[in-house]
Amino acid sequence: MRAAWQRLMRQRMNAWALWFLVALVLLCGVGPEISPYDQAEQDLELKATNPSLAHWLGTDPLGRDMLTRILHGGRVSLEVGLLATGVAAIIGVIYGMMSGLAGGRIDSAMMRIVDILYAFPFINFVILLMVIVGREFWLIFVAIGAVEWLTMARVVRGQVLALKNLEFVTAARASGAGFWHIVWKHLLPNVMGPVIIYASLTVPGVMLLEAALSFLGLGIQPPDASWGVLIREGANSMETYPWMLLYPGIFFSATLLALNLLGDGLRDAFDPKSMSQQ
Amino acid sequence: MIRFLLSRFLQGIVVILAVITITFTLSQMVPGGAIRNERNVSEETKKAQEEYYGLNKPWIVRLGLTIKHYVTLDLPDSYHYKGRGVDEIIASGFPVSAAVGMAGLTIALLIGVPLGAIAALRPNTLEDRGSTLAATLGICTPSMVLGPLIAMLFGLKLRWFNVAGWFDSSDWVLPALTLGIIYSAYIARLTRGSLRETLAQEFIRTARAKGASEGSVVFLHAMKLASLPVLNFLGPAAAGLLTGSFIVETIFQLPGLGQFFIAAATNGDHQLTIAISTFYAALIVGFNLLVDILQALLNPRIRLQA
Repeated sequence: MRAAWQRLMRQRMNAWALWFLVALVLLCGVGPEISPYDQAEQDLELKATNPSLAHWLGTDPLGRDMLTRILHGGRVSLEVGLLATGVAAIIGVIYGMMSGLAGGRIDSAMMRIVDILYAFPFINFVILLMVIVGREFWLIFVAIGAVEWLTMARVVRGQVLALKNLEFVTAARASGAGFWHIVWKHLLPNVMGPVIIYASLTVPGVMLLEAALSFLGLGIQPPDASWGVLIREGANSMETYPWMLLYPGIFFSATLLALNLLGDGLRDAFDPKSMSQQ
Repeated sequence: MIRFLLSRFLQGIVVILAVITITFTLSQMVPGGAIRNERNVSEETKKAQEEYYGLNKPWIVRLGLTIKHYVTLDLPDSYHYKGRGVDEIIASGFPVSAAVGMAGLTIALLIGVPLGAIAALRPNTLEDRGSTLAATLGICTPSMVLGPLIAMLFGLKLRWFNVAGWFDSSDWVLPALTLGIIYSAYIARLTRGSLRETLAQEFIRTARAKGASEGSVVFLHAMKLASLPVLNFLGPAAAGLLTGSFIVETIFQLPGLGQFFIAAATNGDHQLTIAISTFYAALIVGFNLLVDILQALLNPRIRLQA
């Protein structure tokens, strides 16, 4: 564990990515609270002003403070990213564990279902779901999580298949441990490593999907903001106010970059074998 | 081989039937619906329309009828675009989406494969670092940021292309460029990884030992095997291009399938919603089948299992 951590931090880029994300989470968590402005508060005297001491990143065409709005949007985007990944991880772990533990025909049937699901046009289902339930916050992350669990299930199942016949599990069973005890105390802790690594690679994909939905007007609804909403607003007024697109775009891209670097770094650090494939 | 293809084909049929059922069930839950949403229409007209479209029958009967429509290829009319069959609408939207998607995929391959190959052939040099950095940046630039930027640069500043719409023969360029740049990043990463791995294998050493030129080692021996992961990625990429096409068609206001789908879903145009989802599913299934066949042809080691 400590060796893996050192392997992770030895790459300077990984350390930067980690610190960037920590800073971002703090900023998005605290920023909107201590900001003197509300993210949706309009000041029509200050339409689309340049950065100033009062408004560090300027204001948008409705006179809302850009920085407050970007940090608030970042909070929403990060929340959706983490919660949807959580949903995907829970479904994936349960499904993968069941498949791996069942083994044999049930296992191959369950994995065949996953193969089949890979060919589904999920974006269509998510769009329909958004139209049905009316773009609620909780629905967005549940819907995204419900379509992003497939690879997670495969990862977990592979792990369980490898683990379940190892000696320590056999020993536990021989000493009279019950089924749930083995699952809870022996299998689950050993599956968590790969789950966390794969989850960190899922977060950026999930955030992109949320941004795509919000960009299409089907996700988070204004005046509430996520980075997808801000990018949509920016794209609509980029001709006159290009920074409205650039500021949230830069925040979003930098976050995706950091998440991708950290995800790859975690994978390499905990699974040195994959280093050679890089 | 035949058995494998047959089983994949059957699997595809299952996918398509499942997609019809799910989209049908979901679209029934859309509040309102095309006919009930219309204003200034008498109750009798509504009843007559519901009868015409078969909306007064129970759920399971309508699902059966919907599936029958698709099995017999006797496709229903759209609710919203009165008198137009859903196949007509797909036939008008698909060429737009297909042109942009295919051009985007071609651009992605033309940029991605050379970029990844250069990086793999000169590991840990400036070229390697540069191309890896470019690929990482590409992966982290969302299409909804890149698209408007491209539109701003080539459309508004340089005025080389139209910013929106589908009028000129060159209107596919900017949307395809947006999709292509983003996918080229994934393809570059995959090419680099798999080419490096392949070059380290023993048959490459054998080829070098028997005196094959460097060019023939790379292009005849290594590339053939190294292209497998890239080929494998094209299956999911086709599905991803669909998502991308929703975004790109919104940015550049193209009358493609994605736009029709969003409109149909929000209007409660069930028939069109089901039709486009089913068409997408068939497209993905067909693309995956094609990838499977190509993969089998390229790599004799792949044992085709049913």
